[in-house]
Amino acid sequence: MSSYVAPLKDMLFVINELAGLDDVSKLPGCEEVNAELVEAVLGEAAKFAQEVLEPLNRVGDQEGSTLANHVVTSPPGFKAAYQQFTAAGWNGLGGLSEYGGQGLPHIVSNPVQEMWNSSNMAFCLCPMLTSGVMEALAHHASGDLLQRYLPKLNAGEWTGTMNLTEPQAGSDLAAIRAKAVPSGNNGEHYKISGTKIFITWGEHDMVDNIVHLVLARLPDAPEGVKGISLFVVPKFLPNADGTPGTRNDVKCVSIEHKLGIHASPTCVMQYGDAGGATGYLVGEPNRGLEYMFTMMNHARLAVGLEGVAVAERAYQHALDYAKTRVQGREVGQRSGDRVTIIHHPDVRRMLMSMKSQIEAMRALAYLAAATLDKAKHHPDVAEKRRSQALIDLLIPVVKAWCTEQCVEIASTGVQIHGGMGFVEETGAAQYLRDARITTIYEGTTGIQANDLVGRKVGYEKGATALAVIAEMRKTAAALSSGELANVGKSLSGAIDALEDATRWIVDNFQKNPNAVYAVAVPYLKLFGTVGGGWMMARAAEVAQRKRGEPGADTVFYDTKLTTARFYCEHLLPQAAAFRQTVVSGADSVMALAESQF
Amino acid sequence: MKVLVTAKRVIDPYVKVRVKSDGTGVETANIKMTINPFCEIAVEQAVRMKEAGIVTEIVVVSIGTIQCQETIRTAMAMGADRGILVEMAEEAQPLAVAKLLKAIIDKEQPRLVIMGKQAIDDDSNQCGQMVAALLGWPQATHISNVTINGDSAEITREIDGGLEKLTVNLPAVVTADLRLNEPRYVTLPNIMKAKKKPLENIKPDALGVDVKPRLKTLKVEEPAKRSSGVKVADVKELVNKLKTEARVL
Repeated sequence: MSSYVAPLKDMLFVINELAGLDDVSKLPGCEEVNAELVEAVLGEAAKFAQEVLEPLNRVGDQEGSTLANHVVTSPPGFKAAYQQFTAAGWNGLGGLSEYGGQGLPHIVSNPVQEMWNSSNMAFCLCPMLTSGVMEALAHHASGDLLQRYLPKLNAGEWTGTMNLTEPQAGSDLAAIRAKAVPSGNNGEHYKISGTKIFITWGEHDMVDNIVHLVLARLPDAPEGVKGISLFVVPKFLPNADGTPGTRNDVKCVSIEHKLGIHASPTCVMQYGDAGGATGYLVGEPNRGLEYMFTMMNHARLAVGLEGVAVAERAYQHALDYAKTRVQGREVGQRSGDRVTIIHHPDVRRMLMSMKSQIEAMRALAYLAAATLDKAKHHPDVAEKRRSQALIDLLIPVVKAWCTEQCVEIASTGVQIHGGMGFVEETGAAQYLRDARITTIYEGTTGIQANDLVGRKVGYEKGATALAVIAEMRKTAAALSSGELANVGKSLSGAIDALEDATRWIVDNFQKNPNAVYAVAVPYLKLFGTVGGGWMMARAAEVAQRKRGEPGADTVFYDTKLTTARFYCEHLLPQAAAFRQTVVSGADSVMALAESQF
Repeated sequence: MKVLVTAKRVIDPYVKVRVKSDGTGVETANIKMTINPFCEIAVEQAVRMKEAGIVTEIVVVSIGTIQCQETIRTAMAMGADRGILVEMAEEAQPLAVAKLLKAIIDKEQPRLVIMGKQAIDDDSNQCGQMVAALLGWPQATHISNVTINGDSAEITREIDGGLEKLTVNLPAVVTADLRLNEPRYVTLPNIMKAKKKPLENIKPDALGVDVKPRLKTLKVEEPAKRSSGVKVADVKELVNKLKTEARVL
């Protein structure tokens, strides 16, 4: 059984050299952030993840959260760990400083989140949801709601949940039916009723109060997405002194039996069985969905990072097994000692495939984090707008590509274990089971791909995508000769494929939308594969330049160079195949009549 | 009262240590370093005493390369108030360290010095004792408990067969053993605050201390690989082997 060791060296390399910490440090409000601080924060977070969260991952999976009489009990050890987590101040990592948070930018908070997720994804979902609620309130709520809820949420004394989905309203939120009726003397609050499903950490025993953000319709609301409002519904109505008071009319009626993330209770929440739960309107009526969408980039990036994180953990687990499991002799040897399976070429190939993709995914995700910071904080309007366009493009790619690859990587992790991987005892299967949700929630891979080809590439005629492609070409051109010429060449070919496919999407978006959406996922995977290759090529360029410096960590840089080469030789060639599918594979997707299925 | 604690930068205990190929020492370049675990316990003790209202100021001292600033920042994130780095590139050997500490202690005049009982890199277990001797102060080493009682400190030490209780007059030097306390996790707000705490950088020359190495390392090599064990037939054979082969009986 392996234990998690945070890959601090690679994280710091990506933060400093690829994502551009220096640029983020120059942004207003981020001046405190420098390499030394990042190293200190990541170092302490690593310790916490390794020593507190990781040991609970397995018990969380095996025992899970349980429900009895509307009360959810978290797995053994979780409550104490949560208290340690908040006491150490980690909950307020990215939170607003005026409400007690540390206000650190994404370039710091996202790598820390990666560690939480690697060590214990199911645990991490609870603070992640809380931070989503904080973000929503900070942007859209008014004075009283802010003062009453944000400090508690920042400190982690209370946790937050997102109540969007209903049985008939999943990916299509226009179908929401939950009701909100004005109440109180001056209509200062509302009575909320309805059923919400898939509510992560919707009920639990780790804190005194839970703050639900609920989408519901007002009596006079228009049909569809423009008639949904956002409400705060606390489990206990806060007293004037901030302590939890009267129990609100909301309860957990069941929790789901799931494939993975067993420790995280996925609740069915019932509102208003006894006349209506008291809720407070956030912002203006009928703008709830719009408010939710402002947090979407943040939330989808967080899920993309879960992909990076679980893939990393699955890799470490498989690597440990490959280095200890003795089986067979080296290829071509008929006698002599038996060897650990890491000596076998196909096991090596699997490990390299995992390792190189994880490093590429991490780099792309951290680049997105830094871009999100620039989009938030950049003082120059044009640069801010450019960063916003770039992050809007990157988010569906990071979310869907990192999670799709994560499922594949976790599956490879099981494969490396052979038959023992299929047996729960080794722990390899948990990562695959946990990973499986990441391509689904916060918008499925299909939704992400539709977003990419539609809102992000189609509507703007490929402007931002082609700008990114031009950036990629600069990297390829810089590597066109010298020791990394092969990396440059293979990147260049992959960029050609991406550009071809992008132009095809742009050309066909108006005249044949069905065809475009039919190949949206292959296009997204193409984008991710080439984007990852771009990051690996940049990493190789830095490694090549730095390895000769005095005192350089030559082992790290040489490893990076080889890993980049593997990515170019084994992953980038897939770009041509994806391109082929995009430009010529749409017809067959929709060709069969429904009756032919 | 003022307390002075020491914090040595060592290879992270979870890192596998490798001997340099030329046998002059162990690899430290590009390896994860951390505060010596026993020093961490010393810092924790000082912080607990400050939280209990016994201590008013905690000064943390580290000796070594400029990177030791990180070690001092860790101690300050735990709760130390200010730091002093004695910056030197050459190897800091126990006697030189003790002399440097004496010079700083003469200047700072703490009532109590808390050190780790030893550092996990060289396991010398000498500095605390030497500092006390150079200062002419009482010393209590390998302590598992300390209570301040006016002008003296009640000390508990874990010894073979039980606990030894001592009283030492202050000022004194004490060195921390494993079970003195369990160090806290550094909190995020305190990491941020530690950045703003004062950290003074001085050179050995300024303290008038000669830090020239006096010990010479002849060779560092990996311990011999453990050979595989054998199964003995009965107790008689075991006793025989312990007598003749292991020579422990």
